[in-house]
Amino acid sequence: MAADVFQFLAAFLASSVEMVEALTIVLAVGVTRSWRPAFIGMGAGVIALTLVVGALGPSLVIYVPIDGLRVVIGALLLVFGLQWLRKAVLRASGLKAMHDEEQIYEAEVIALRKHDVTEAFDWTAFTVAFKGVFLEGLEVAFIVLTFGTNDGRFDIPIAGAVSGLILVVGVGILIHQPLKRVPENSIKFAVGLLLSAFGTFWVGEGVGVDWTGSDLAIPVLAIGYAVVAAVLVRLLRPGQTTAVEGAAAG
Amino acid sequence: MKYIKAFILFWYDFIVGDSMTLAIGVVVCLLVAAGLRRETGSVAPEIALPAIVVATLVLSLRR
Repeated sequence: MAADVFQFLAAFLASSVEMVEALTIVLAVGVTRSWRPAFIGMGAGVIALTLVVGALGPSLVIYVPIDGLRVVIGALLLVFGLQWLRKAVLRASGLKAMHDEEQIYEAEVIALRKHDVTEAFDWTAFTVAFKGVFLEGLEVAFIVLTFGTNDGRFDIPIAGAVSGLILVVGVGILIHQPLKRVPENSIKFAVGLLLSAFGTFWVGEGVGVDWTGSDLAIPVLAIGYAVVAAVLVRLLRPGQTTAVEGAAAG
Repeated sequence: MKYIKAFILFWYDFIVGDSMTLAIGVVVCLLVAAGLRRETGSVAPEIALPAIVVATLVLSLRR
């Protein structure tokens, strides 16, 4: 009985950590880009995951090159996160307009000329949400299969993972509305930091880096990048260079 | 042909965006990570990877 409870809790906690990571990515994409492609990407990720897990079953652990996937998805998230972080730093320092209205208007006009507006679909939002859900979902499947294979029964790890899913989805539904009230550039800043942290972590894991503290390395990386970004914002503010040079000369 | 072109453009925009420096920095990050992982038990990759990410960001902001 005690062993069952321990196995349930282990599967619940380990799965919840991975699901929180997937939720973070979907929420980030939904708030900053658009909810529809984020949800469609999430749904497509779940379907792809179901097909892979259903087709391979317990042999999934043998056939799916999880490290290769981590490297590819990690690198893509890292480059995407850095793009957002760079823009957020430029905006926060005043070197780039907060909304780039003129540029957005021109892009919209070009898009409207090319397609009917109803056909426009944010493939970037879809791709990021899909990749996040698919990779994290695979990790949950690996956790369940590892626990299940070790003990010869899958009901307890599956129950743990499903409980984690219910909890994380519930939290996601509760917090997605309040997130809409946070200023746009602050959200984009946070998303850039998170995607860069996830990307660095996955690239490292994929090539065999054993991060100290395991998944706890992700928030540590995000905090480290936040400190660097805050310093960069201060240094890049117009007049800052002059002030520094003036101080040095004085 | 139209769809292939759109597909290539999508991935170019996704990976390169408006800063080639970031894409190059991530490739460097991958190469260094692959090179350092052989040092079992070393914390070098844990320091090197974030350091390259930070350097890439700083370089991409140079005007």
